[in-house]
Amino acid sequence: MINKLVSSAKEAVSNIFDGATIMISGFGEAGSPIELIHALIDQGAKELTIVSNNTGSGEVGLAALIAHKRVKKMICSFPRTANSTVFPELYQKGEIELELVPQGTLAERIRAGGAGIPAFFTPTSVGTPLAQGKESREFDNTTYVMEKAIKADFAFVKAKAADRYGNLIYNKTARNFGPIMCTAAKRTIVQVQNFVELGDLDPECIVTPGIFVQRVVLVENPADESRLIAENRRYPW
Amino acid sequence: MVEKTEIKGWSTDEMAQKVAFDIPDGAYVNLGIGIPEMVAGLVPEGREVIYHTENGLLGMGNSPEKGKEDPELINAGKKAVTAIPGACYFHHADSFTMIRGKHIDVCVLGALQVAENGDLANWSTGEVGAIPAVGGAMDLVAGVKTIYVITRHTTKTGGSKIVKQCSYPLTGKGVVNRIYTNLAIIDVRKDGLFVKEMAPGVSFSYLQTQTDARLNQ
Repeated sequence: MINKLVSSAKEAVSNIFDGATIMISGFGEAGSPIELIHALIDQGAKELTIVSNNTGSGEVGLAALIAHKRVKKMICSFPRTANSTVFPELYQKGEIELELVPQGTLAERIRAGGAGIPAFFTPTSVGTPLAQGKESREFDNTTYVMEKAIKADFAFVKAKAADRYGNLIYNKTARNFGPIMCTAAKRTIVQVQNFVELGDLDPECIVTPGIFVQRVVLVENPADESRLIAENRRYPW
Repeated sequence: MVEKTEIKGWSTDEMAQKVAFDIPDGAYVNLGIGIPEMVAGLVPEGREVIYHTENGLLGMGNSPEKGKEDPELINAGKKAVTAIPGACYFHHADSFTMIRGKHIDVCVLGALQVAENGDLANWSTGEVGAIPAVGGAMDLVAGVKTIYVITRHTTKTGGSKIVKQCSYPLTGKGVVNRIYTNLAIIDVRKDGLFVKEMAPGVSFSYLQTQTDARLNQ
């Protein structure tokens, strides 16, 4: 029998190893799997490469993981946000690496990684500092730069609901990077607010087919990041 | 004759109104963070415009009422928004397929500098030690059909933002189609910058004194 549900976030992240590359969904707090990230802080893996659009806020979630010096390198499009101080401080001290990627290129590199495409050409960043050192090529009199796919050992994703096959639906703009990250990791771990019976999710409306998901954890009441930050909370509490 | 007094020209609201007037009925539009966001409230009545936000929503509506904000329904500036009837959500690769694939009609962005060949610099001053952050700006200028820039004509210290050549790191090369400032509306064409309209009280000669790049009438 297939059942991807595991009993806890702790169990879901138990086999994450030092030096792993992990994709983490979210655009700001929308779609950020805070409970999985906190379980990873407890688990202790270090020297991680994290692929995520931002670098977290306050000292919870991704920002807390970075504050605990578990992250060697960030691959992201926008490393500074309101209330983000942890990453900027470490970056200024030279204690964390940054690979800055335009947001659409980041999305497409992840999509390509999941789709078995090693590289692609894009017009984004041509003539800018972010194209320096990259191969470029002309197609129909337009210049494009080559960008390589990104794959990961693990993906941490937040979704609205899952069934035991791992089929997923998302909530509003919290979908963002989730569906493509599910496809690009060897092991995708998803935290969901609802776990439903097979057949409850309309096959016409499933966003992520279960084949892209390995583990599902039920987190019925996920933390509200902006509230935690307003309350000056830090993980671990 | 060169006027010496500073002319304020259009207000930010009036600038946004000028942009809004140039957005055609039925357009799919992406608005940058800040002043560009004002455009949404100023589109003339009778036109239906669909707003795209690159974090995965087509059919973005107004800000929600106080107390009705949903942290999982936000725009690219991470502010709470609403979704109109007929809106749809999608993931990031689809969102940037809309952008890079030239499906979005108009993008309105702010600028640090615009050059006379249409080069845009709006993501970094290149300052040593600053944390670089680019977001979706490079994808937007590379992919959206028409790029409008809305900006003050000069910097806070009076320097020209419309320059012969950008000194800041570029966002894109030759990408800007039209510039809306407090002093004028300027079209970027292959053969140079052409003044389309000037704010009340602004003369062409005054405008040129405020502009590093060469202007054409």
